[in-house]
Amino acid sequence: MSQKKSRSRGGGGAAAAGDDHEDLARPPPLQAVLLADSFTLKFRPITLERPKVLLPLVHMPMIEYTLTWLESAGVDEAFVFCCAHSNQVKEYLEKSGWAGRAGAGSMAVTAVESHDAISAGDALRVIFERGLIHGDFVLISGDTISNMSLKDALREHMDRKKKDPLAVMTMIIKHSKPSVLTHQTRLGTDEIVMAIDPETKELLYYEDRADNSNLYVTIDKDILSNNPTLQLHNDMEDCYIDICSPEVLSLFTDNFDYQHLRRHFVKGLLVDDIMGYKIYTHELRSGYAARIDNFRSYDTVSKDIIQRWTYPMVPDVISNRNCSESRLHRQAIYKASDVTLSHSAQIGANSVVGSATSIGDHCRILNSVIGEGCTIGKNVVINGSYVWDNVVIEDGCQVSNSLVSDGVHLRAGAIVEPGCVLSFNVEVGKNALVLAHSKVSLLPQPSNEDSDEELEYADTNSGVTDSPPFSSMRSNGDQATVPSEEDESGTSETGTCGVVGYIWTSGDAGILEEWRQSIAPISKEKLEELQHAVSENDGSEDESNNPTLPDKDDSSDSAVEDDDLISKFEKEVEETFQRAMGGGVNRDNLILEINGLRLAYSLQHADCAGAVFYSVMKSALQAAQSTNDSLLKTTAEALGKWKDLLRNYTKTVDEEMEILLKFEEMCQETTKEFSPLFSKILPFLYDTEVISEDAILRWAEEKEHADESDKVFVKQSEAFIQWLKEAEEEDDEEE
Amino acid sequence: MDFQVVLLAGGTSETLSPLVSRDVPKALLPVANRPLLSYPLDLLEASDLKDLIVVVEGQEAARLVGAWVSSAYLDRLRVEVVAVSEDLGSAGALRAISKRLTANDILVISGDLVTDVLPGAVAATHRRNGAVVTALLCSVPVSGPSDTPSSGKDKAKKPNRLNIVGLDKTKQFLLHIVSGTEVEKDVRVHKRKIQAVGQMEIRSDLMDAHLYAFKRTILQDVLELKEAYRSIRLEVLPYLVRSQLRSAPSVGNGRSVDETGNSAVLSSGNLQCLSQHRVIAPSAFKQDVLSRSCGGHRCCAYIAPKSKYCHRLNSIQSYSDINRDVIGEASHLSGCSFSAHNNIIHPSCVLGSKTTIGPHCILAEGSQLGDKCSVKRSVIGRHCRIGSNVKIVNSVVMNHVVIEDGCHIQGSVVCNNVQLQERAVLKDCQIGAGYIVTTGSEHKAESLARK
Repeated sequence: MSQKKSRSRGGGGAAAAGDDHEDLARPPPLQAVLLADSFTLKFRPITLERPKVLLPLVHMPMIEYTLTWLESAGVDEAFVFCCAHSNQVKEYLEKSGWAGRAGAGSMAVTAVESHDAISAGDALRVIFERGLIHGDFVLISGDTISNMSLKDALREHMDRKKKDPLAVMTMIIKHSKPSVLTHQTRLGTDEIVMAIDPETKELLYYEDRADNSNLYVTIDKDILSNNPTLQLHNDMEDCYIDICSPEVLSLFTDNFDYQHLRRHFVKGLLVDDIMGYKIYTHELRSGYAARIDNFRSYDTVSKDIIQRWTYPMVPDVISNRNCSESRLHRQAIYKASDVTLSHSAQIGANSVVGSATSIGDHCRILNSVIGEGCTIGKNVVINGSYVWDNVVIEDGCQVSNSLVSDGVHLRAGAIVEPGCVLSFNVEVGKNALVLAHSKVSLLPQPSNEDSDEELEYADTNSGVTDSPPFSSMRSNGDQATVPSEEDESGTSETGTCGVVGYIWTSGDAGILEEWRQSIAPISKEKLEELQHAVSENDGSEDESNNPTLPDKDDSSDSAVEDDDLISKFEKEVEETFQRAMGGGVNRDNLILEINGLRLAYSLQHADCAGAVFYSVMKSALQAAQSTNDSLLKTTAEALGKWKDLLRNYTKTVDEEMEILLKFEEMCQETTKEFSPLFSKILPFLYDTEVISEDAILRWAEEKEHADESDKVFVKQSEAFIQWLKEAEEEDDEEE
Repeated sequence: MDFQVVLLAGGTSETLSPLVSRDVPKALLPVANRPLLSYPLDLLEASDLKDLIVVVEGQEAARLVGAWVSSAYLDRLRVEVVAVSEDLGSAGALRAISKRLTANDILVISGDLVTDVLPGAVAATHRRNGAVVTALLCSVPVSGPSDTPSSGKDKAKKPNRLNIVGLDKTKQFLLHIVSGTEVEKDVRVHKRKIQAVGQMEIRSDLMDAHLYAFKRTILQDVLELKEAYRSIRLEVLPYLVRSQLRSAPSVGNGRSVDETGNSAVLSSGNLQCLSQHRVIAPSAFKQDVLSRSCGGHRCCAYIAPKSKYCHRLNSIQSYSDINRDVIGEASHLSGCSFSAHNNIIHPSCVLGSKTTIGPHCILAEGSQLGDKCSVKRSVIGRHCRIGSNVKIVNSVVMNHVVIEDGCHIQGSVVCNNVQLQERAVLKDCQIGAGYIVTTGSEHKAESLARK
């Protein structure tokens, strides 16, 4: 154990010397796979030009935090998987000195490049093919901020693995209660429902994207019979830090349809009870771990960093390589030493100002991060926003709860409303207003076909787009209007409000969902609306929970569903039958299949008889020509052909009755073509012994008291019924 | 304590026939030579809960129970025996006596509960939490006797699930309960429940022991409102648990968003610093939610420690099991002190020569045994006359039974006044009162009763 302790501390290099003589006893070097691609589109439009992992988070690229943590957690070798913008990632790794570093105590970082990966699953398959991983490894995404110690989780994982080789993965989870109203965590991610065995910490159930349409969590009874006790968690957050066994990689290769780490892989393993692989969880009790999934988590994590929850990953401890130290002042204000700050400017709590930035008179900066080399004019108000490097903000601008990327130019008096994202080099004209939740980029929004797939930085594999196509328009920037260009589908030229660039329409999430993941806090109105929805929901639940029957919440709608169920069943039987007609299925199998369907819909035998009869008649109708004669002929053929099948279902008079009633119904409603032929087909059914005389007589009897309209067919076949009655009497006399 | 106890003593249950008959209602069935009802009554006395109503199904049974209680518990408890008509179910019986309930809280105990969990502890928990209902839950007893060959099979079988119970993190609040036929299905939990509490523990290894503390007003309301409810366990309790999270008053709910850091809405930037605190110390928050959303309506659970004994006598199998346990591992329940040989032989018993009484046996007063008898792990009632060469193993023999020479009794229950003629062999049988087993007959796994 001592060696592990030293290992986990050994990140700084101090313990490196002590490790040398323990080499023999050491387990294989700990490896890590870092996915430098989130395989989502959430940070668009910014990620069209720069990969997400290189976006600055309180002055430092996200990947820097992740790599620093991996090294401090004792990882010996990290593979950085780059896909989109791989050139930029590789360049960064070299420039920052991570790549090509070697020697005791420091982590070796190798970039793995592949351009055709479109998901985490693909990435892991590439890693597997290249044969890079030899032992247990840490799987992490390049946008994860953490300061936790991996020691305990690693030890637990190893111990479990020794006892049970099927324990292939340990997930790190953290307590975090999602909001009751918005059903999302403070990181803006959807709430998760997990079931965990309290003793072994085995993960038994995982449900993310827990949407509200499904009101119930359903846990399979087998899970419960194997685990008498389990904890249902709604208050846990998935940190997306996993300790995996090498089997995980081969599992991804075996199941080539696994794409998403959680939605496919974790759920796949939990459902699959043949292989019996198990996933365990490790709850993080002290320490910080969070993944930046969307703009809201960007905001939340930035605030956490500023408030030093991520210590030692805080601005004044690991400051960016070539810039001057930033110092921590009271109220969590970080200022670089060479900031030019007007005396009348006011910097509020929880703010960071980067080096070589100048701030003019009477500015107010609250809860915001200002990057390096920015120029901020007079009377500017910046609240809860993230302003990256080399941004020019002229006098009298107001920016609240927005993200302003490198090189953006806000001209005097511009107002940026909450929730905006201004991508690189966007210009906002004088006194222009950028509406709340706008996303503005110099690049047009890709057409919809691209965004359908989960392609990340989809069409920009080539790397940076060096020359934005609209540079020519910049000259118009200070004019109030720019000729609008509406040719691009789904995007609109934003010139009308004095902005150079395209305002993106929101993607499939829809503008309504925009508030969920933006930097801006959720508006009061929205909360009230949700509150209202919840209380309404309450009411509806009241009703369903006020059952007159003791134990059923959903019994009331069963009657309504019944009809629906039967029609669905009929449709399926018909489809099955048509396949059989095509020669695909032989008769015995057909019966089996229909019986299977019957069980699946939990219906009676009689329903089956009706449905099969319906299918047979339907097939006859399809085969027939338009004339009645030919219909009669094909019907006779079809009945002759399938009489065995029908007889299989007409064991009792009830079922025969069902067929008769069905036939009647068909003649009246669905397939009126049969109605003139009713009396001719009926004797045929009798001859083929599908329907017995008992059934026919009973049917006639029952109909006697019915409405006139219902008696049409009885009357039509009166002669036949009469004949049957006489025949019966004769039989009686003979006896 | 302002508690009124309702003891549901049952009547002449069909499931326990032939042990239970018109002369011996379920409440008076002897367990280790004491009437079944005496177990809960003693327990209540020990908890100082002395004001109680014993509800018996059927007039005749009520008369018998009343006679016994008034003689045995004179001056010890204030007992009122009430007869209700049969087949009302537990909730129906409560409804029938609803007018008699006056105290603030009502403790409802099933008369067939043999346990050493003090009802006082449940009542105290109920009071402390200010709950609407508190249910006693205990670990499922290890099924099947450990010394019979069938135990291996029992273990191989999936544990029998009695209830599915959802508890909060502190294991005090009852959030979800499913019992009856629903138990064998997949577990469905309403998401809003989990959302409200964050974390729920689902247990399927707990048994509802049929001991509940109710707030009287709510209980009476429910009984009145839901006239169709027959069973406390299957209907009343689930109903109360279900309606727990309902009617969350909309007043304070705006505050619950604090957690996600959306608190800026509340016009104070400082709350953002607090958001992280809430994550770390969520307990205060949760308490808030519970107390608020329940609106004084909360359901609690008292979970008996594993070491406690808790068993319901509701089948023939459980009758044998409880008898064995009370004279065996749970001997403190019997209320008698065992001798050095781990058995109790009343001084008035007469034993023939070479007769051995093994450990874990009770012989009541006035019984006589002939020569060369062997009694192991069995209960023998009062004034039995047992001949020579008789073997009694794992059995219960009630009062005034005559067993002639050479009989073998194993795993059986022999009721009052039965006569076993010579060389009768019984294995896993139940013999109803007054039955005569003829000479030399052999019975295996049969239930015999006088017609």
